[in-house]
Amino acid sequence: MAFETRPPGTEIIERHVISVLVDNDVGVLARVIGLFSGRGYNITSLTVAEVDPGQAMSRITVVTSGTEMIIEQIKAQLDRVVPVHNIADLTVEGPAVERELALIKVRGTGNKRVEALRIADIFRARAIDSTINSFVFEISGATDKLDAFINLMRPLGLVEISRTGVVAIARGAKGI
Amino acid sequence: MAKRKLSGSDIIIQCLVDAGVDTVFGYPGGAVLPIYDAIFNQNRLRHVLVRQEGGAVHMAEGYARSTGKLGVVLVTSGPGATNAVTGLADALMDSIPVLCLTGQVPTHLIGNDAFQEADTTGITRPCTKHNYLVKDVNDLTRQLREAMYVAKSGRPGPVVVDLPKDVLVNEALYEAPSPRKVAHKTYRPRIKGDQRQIRQAVEAIAGAKRPLFYCGGGVVNSGPRASRLLTEFVRMTGDPITLTLMGLGAYPATDKQCLGMVGMHGTYESNLAMHDCDVMVNIGARFDDRVTGLLSEFSPGSIKIHVDIDPSSINKNIAVDIPIIGDCASVLADMIKVWKEMKPRRDRKAQAAWWAEIARWRKRDCLKYGHSDTLIKPQYALQRLYEQTRERDCYITTEVGQHQMWAAQYLKFDEPNRWMTSGGLGTMGYGFPAAIGVQVAHPESTVIDVAGEASFQMNIQEMSTAMQYRLPVKVFILNNQYMGMVRQWQELLYGGRYSESYTASLPDFVKLADAYGALGLRATKPSEVDGVIEQMLDSDRLTIVDVLVDQTENCFPMIPSGAPHNEMLMGPEDEAQAQAQGNEEGMVLV
Repeated sequence: MAFETRPPGTEIIERHVISVLVDNDVGVLARVIGLFSGRGYNITSLTVAEVDPGQAMSRITVVTSGTEMIIEQIKAQLDRVVPVHNIADLTVEGPAVERELALIKVRGTGNKRVEALRIADIFRARAIDSTINSFVFEISGATDKLDAFINLMRPLGLVEISRTGVVAIARGAKGI
Repeated sequence: MAKRKLSGSDIIIQCLVDAGVDTVFGYPGGAVLPIYDAIFNQNRLRHVLVRQEGGAVHMAEGYARSTGKLGVVLVTSGPGATNAVTGLADALMDSIPVLCLTGQVPTHLIGNDAFQEADTTGITRPCTKHNYLVKDVNDLTRQLREAMYVAKSGRPGPVVVDLPKDVLVNEALYEAPSPRKVAHKTYRPRIKGDQRQIRQAVEAIAGAKRPLFYCGGGVVNSGPRASRLLTEFVRMTGDPITLTLMGLGAYPATDKQCLGMVGMHGTYESNLAMHDCDVMVNIGARFDDRVTGLLSEFSPGSIKIHVDIDPSSINKNIAVDIPIIGDCASVLADMIKVWKEMKPRRDRKAQAAWWAEIARWRKRDCLKYGHSDTLIKPQYALQRLYEQTRERDCYITTEVGQHQMWAAQYLKFDEPNRWMTSGGLGTMGYGFPAAIGVQVAHPESTVIDVAGEASFQMNIQEMSTAMQYRLPVKVFILNNQYMGMVRQWQELLYGGRYSESYTASLPDFVKLADAYGALGLRATKPSEVDGVIEQMLDSDRLTIVDVLVDQTENCFPMIPSGAPHNEMLMGPEDEAQAQAQGNEEGMVLV
């Protein structure tokens, strides 16, 4: 025989960052989200915004996890959605950069307030709002950097967090 | 005359006529009154008035499946659209090209909970291939043409176009379709298969010792050419073929290379061949759970080739070795070409041994059943139906349940598009309206809905439609006064506790037929079966045949849910074994 049968697929669950270019049209986002919920796929984070107003195109970045077979299914199912232009699995298609932005509100006075400001400085977070007993910090970077910063803010009077979810783009000159 | 100003309603009719649509199945209501007014003023488009919108979609499905053309539905907003949902889900699962036009409240009222308002695009999003809400009459022509293109191309499916009332009334410039083919902006299904993979596949088939073709509805959907090419290729190889429920007719059932249907109620020889083959050639089937049985023990030793136009079907349930994305007809034509170039030298000895093995399995005669002189066995009724219709120009639809499986086992189809059944969704009530749709498309042919008394009642109101349009549809009811398949599972898995599966207070179907002006017939013993079939076939109007069959008959062979292919129940003698194994694990499986 010319070749062996395919070995059983790996059962390891992996995190993937998938970029999807879609028509910026009514219901397209609902269609993508419905696909994930309807078929029981995971969404870790999801961001969407128009990136090409001329052609009315939006870019969806979705962070998901699953076995190799599930990730292949997710991509094939996304490709089947009529208003989808293009899909890229940034996790497997070569190196990519990922960034996330968070706004973090911390309340406190005295030493805690000074400590919060000092840690913010180490993490290159900017205070974009300030009152005598609170800060709002803006921080961007990889997801785990944001997680680390938030964990340090917890004992210092963390009030609330707003995160964008991951946006990502492939390194190098080539586009999606 | 290239451009003229038309109302939205007139644009819709013009677009449908341009696309070669001749029939619309529908039901009027407030939001679609402007379209009905436009229909009144023309004679190029025939409207078939149904009795419930669910029936309209199944009629369009029957029309589409028997002709290969687009089926078109027109319903009003709110309840009109929600009633159509089951049919849309059915068409999605079975990949049937259907265009469903739904009325909608005027754009300025959308979101206001207006009378007969429903979020139709929201509700139908997961049960359509795509849908549109037309917000501006200037986009109507483009969106309608796009909708028809999407419904028919690639893996076909249902598409909804939601039409607010003001869009139907407003005017826009109408432009005749360009003779040039315009590619869709984003949707471009792949037709031609990868040549390297096709060559690999052909090499694998040529080198196989125990090959098996496993073909499904994709071949039928690809058009009659795909069936011809499939037949040519399979005969060229001399290898066995099995068909899925959806694929019946894609290859002649009476041919000696055909092993019959595969899957839960497929033949013994098909399922064992699936289990034991060394090269499986899946063309246009999707490894559905009703075919695979227990996934971990599905055809353990085979190299799997999978031809499908939908990339998401590949590696969904079963990891395959040689995937080929493309249209069945195109890929089959390429396979034949490569095969002819290659002039493969087959291992004749292995091939003969494989056929000898299959012959041994065939000897089990898995479709034999216990005859009776007093009770009509459903299998007997269907065998007689087949014998009396095999020479005729005949189309068969079914409802869902035991009768459906028996029909798939005992009626043999030598051509595609002759067999219409709800395979994926399993919609009771599908068969009768589907038969009406088939009869509309083929007024001179014999169209028979093989039904159960429970399923038939789910769309029984369409008797009125069949009478109104003088459609001589035949409904052949295998009446066992039970939801037979439910009863069978309760017997096998739930200790014979027949919870709510007995259909009490059945109407007298003969009198009911009479009430509608149709012909009603009844057979109560085996000796009457031939007579009623003859009368039914001679009838020139809607005919309801009530065949009172053995109430306790079960459908065999059967692979219980969660069992592998080589653990089939062959008949009543195996039932005790199934009941012994019927544990809680079996009860949670579908």
